[in-house]
Amino acid sequence: MAATRIDDKIRRSDALSKARGEAKYVSDYFFDGMLYAMMLRSTEARADIVGITHPVLPEGYYFITADDIPENGVNSLHMIGKDWRCFASGDVKYVGETIGLFVGPSRAVLKSLVENTKVEYAVKEAAVSIDDAIAVKGGAILPEKDNDVMCQLYCQKGREMDDVFKDADMTLSETFETGFQEHVHLETNGAIVTEEGDSYVFYISAQCPFYVRKSVAGLLGLPLDKVIVRQTVTGGAFGGKEHFPDVLAGPLLVAESKIHKPIKLIFDREEDMEFSVKRHPSKVIYKSAIKDGKLIGTKGTIYYNCGAYLSASYVVLQRGVFHANGVYDIPNTYLEGYGMATNTFPSDAFRGFGAPQTLFAIEMHMSHIARRLGIDPADFKKSMFIKKGGETVTNGHVVEEVMLNDMFDNIAKESDYYRKSREYGYGSGRGIGVSFYNHGGAFTGNGEQAIIKAHARLKKSGEKVTIEVGSTEMGQGFQTSLRKIAATVLEIPIEDVDYPNPDTSIVPDSGPTAASRSTMVVGKLIERCAIEMKERWNEGDFSVEKEYEHPEGFPWDQETFRGDAYLGYGWGAAIVELEIDRRTNEVLVKGVWTSHEIGKAIDELIVHGQINGGVIQSLGYASMEKMENKNGHFKQTSMSDYVIPTSMDFPKQYYHIQENPYQFGPFGAKGMGELVFNGVDAAYVDALERAIGKEVYKIPLPPEDIEEALENA
Amino acid sequence: MLDNKISFTLNGKKVEFIGDPLRRLIDTLREDFGLTGVKEGCGEGECGACSVIKDGKLVTSCIIPMGSVAGSDIWTIEGIRDTELGAIIIEAFADGGAVQCGFCIPGMVLASYVLLSEKTNPSELEIREAISGNICRCTGYDLIVESIRLADSRRRGV
Repeated sequence: MAATRIDDKIRRSDALSKARGEAKYVSDYFFDGMLYAMMLRSTEARADIVGITHPVLPEGYYFITADDIPENGVNSLHMIGKDWRCFASGDVKYVGETIGLFVGPSRAVLKSLVENTKVEYAVKEAAVSIDDAIAVKGGAILPEKDNDVMCQLYCQKGREMDDVFKDADMTLSETFETGFQEHVHLETNGAIVTEEGDSYVFYISAQCPFYVRKSVAGLLGLPLDKVIVRQTVTGGAFGGKEHFPDVLAGPLLVAESKIHKPIKLIFDREEDMEFSVKRHPSKVIYKSAIKDGKLIGTKGTIYYNCGAYLSASYVVLQRGVFHANGVYDIPNTYLEGYGMATNTFPSDAFRGFGAPQTLFAIEMHMSHIARRLGIDPADFKKSMFIKKGGETVTNGHVVEEVMLNDMFDNIAKESDYYRKSREYGYGSGRGIGVSFYNHGGAFTGNGEQAIIKAHARLKKSGEKVTIEVGSTEMGQGFQTSLRKIAATVLEIPIEDVDYPNPDTSIVPDSGPTAASRSTMVVGKLIERCAIEMKERWNEGDFSVEKEYEHPEGFPWDQETFRGDAYLGYGWGAAIVELEIDRRTNEVLVKGVWTSHEIGKAIDELIVHGQINGGVIQSLGYASMEKMENKNGHFKQTSMSDYVIPTSMDFPKQYYHIQENPYQFGPFGAKGMGELVFNGVDAAYVDALERAIGKEVYKIPLPPEDIEEALENA
Repeated sequence: MLDNKISFTLNGKKVEFIGDPLRRLIDTLREDFGLTGVKEGCGEGECGACSVIKDGKLVTSCIIPMGSVAGSDIWTIEGIRDTELGAIIIEAFADGGAVQCGFCIPGMVLASYVLLSEKTNPSELEIREAISGNICRCTGYDLIVESIRLADSRRRGV
């Protein structure tokens, strides 16, 4: 077999086993004597638990609660914070909070036990929305605080805002809102716990096996290596399996310590919709100063609805703030972000990780300013693009050449943007819209160096090489891309490189599979391992392990949020064309054109698939994916209520990949998994505004919400 | 509860099921026959991950009670994957980049199989309609559509 080269067209290594139905997802594992588990959850958003009465347990059934956590353990899931309890005890803070776990052989019996258990509550007034939290409705949720601000930050670039606004010849203040979004990974959340020797072993659908281990070991006061986590083939994640698997694994571990038999917990779709993390809803207020047709300053106040526990919210909020200027070099900015605690299910990671909310808002705001100036939004936005070396909102600098002009030229030509923009005008029922966006690769600031300290290992055995990393395949193609990087450097066929799913007792911790960091950071580590292995190839069987090294000259202060927040960005440009049926407000999308700059595509077919999928998720976010929360309960609890795009909803996409090799990535590659979600929503809404001739300030916009916008206008 | 004896054909073989006629077909296939290529995505017939072919038609096995399976001819991915057309579709999916997380893919393969069994050289719209009951969260569908076209070209030898 020939040695693999980076530009070879190859097959994904997991394609056949998945298409043949042979790949084993967690629900496909069955162990001898295996029991099932079902959660007893809170039905109140905020309440004290007065009492719990469950039916008499049949032989072989168990009910596990916080009382089963041993004295040397703590009732806490160790995520970024430690506030999220494994089991609610004394009170509940959101609908769906885990109170107990029923375990036994029959799922039908477990269901009946859950349904016939009575939890008596002393119900309190709940805060559900951002506005509720600002008003501290029902009193502060957080202990020892008199407000519901769970986390906050601010950053300033340039002059004082009051001073800037004195120079303005025009100002514009606007408020934008975005809703919850549900991941709807086709595989719901699931995990199995069992025992091997004196260790506990998890089989789990998860992005971050080492997160699970860290999160749950403390429940039993265990050293980390007594918990082994094996990632099963994961049927989609999108951030929804970053921290959330901990919420399944924690109660399972406590149950296992009592029961000592394999226990399986698989959510059905209704549970997975109603009782899982979501994208943070946002409220973003921009006030901008404009002078001589230029945006000279923007003050942004950014609120994210975090739910009852911290989870990843502070980091999500930081990313939201750091992307709040979009792709623009606004000379003066003051941005403040507030993560608000509410009595909703905790919000958490979702592809884009806080960036999509502010990027949507800034894109719409820029289009609205352009309209007031009488300039085509594309031209106004182009006039403000940040450039290489330009100062970011955290007083850092853009490290790469920004190629948005070339990228826009490509899609403008393909879509005939300018002709259509002129012809369709404003309010004709047809519209073409444009958006620009970016995404900072990897962890913020020096997080990779200070917190993650990723390791990766290559192991040689005869002529075969095994990749040992904690990074996971969840559909994004990383198991193939990483093999391709290793094989290319080693000049061997990709078939000779293996990359099994991670097992925490075997592989080093490569950091989470999140933040669009895998190719850029772990890919680079494997490239470095492979370079050394290539030099030593004739030494027989050996391993090479490398640790992340931060490039020199990129200062970051995590206390003040000043410096280079990201070492490189992916960049995107999108155009959407649509028509609206004036009678029904049904929208027909006629065309979608995108260009993305990701350094270098390690595998073009995989990148193509990521672009298509991310773009459709973003169009769903803008147009149809409505998830409402009333009194702490999500209203949409099934795939018939919460509608995601089908093959009929959007046309075939035009896509363009802009090469711009990145100095710190393997073969010039940067992150791309989140970028492709980050901005097409705004192009859709820009086109919609032009079609209906009215400005709108929120997403999602299903037909009934378009109707409402038209009535309110 | 009365157990019923239900006979049907599964992947070309005569089989019997003895049990609750209200048991879901998906549970029988996955748990009694070990056919775990049948995936549960939604449990309400909306997503198509549990698709099987029943008497030549694509159906969602999560909303079919065993009682209505008596005398039927049922095919799952396990029975289709090594047929001539099934193998062509699977190879085309692998070559065309149709597979990401893979959870919807066995159902997609079966939807494609039914389409290509009925039609030669289907249009893009016909392909999109044929898979419209199969939800995919990863791909945005374009590469699945193109892979089905590729499979059609290959089986026609063009």
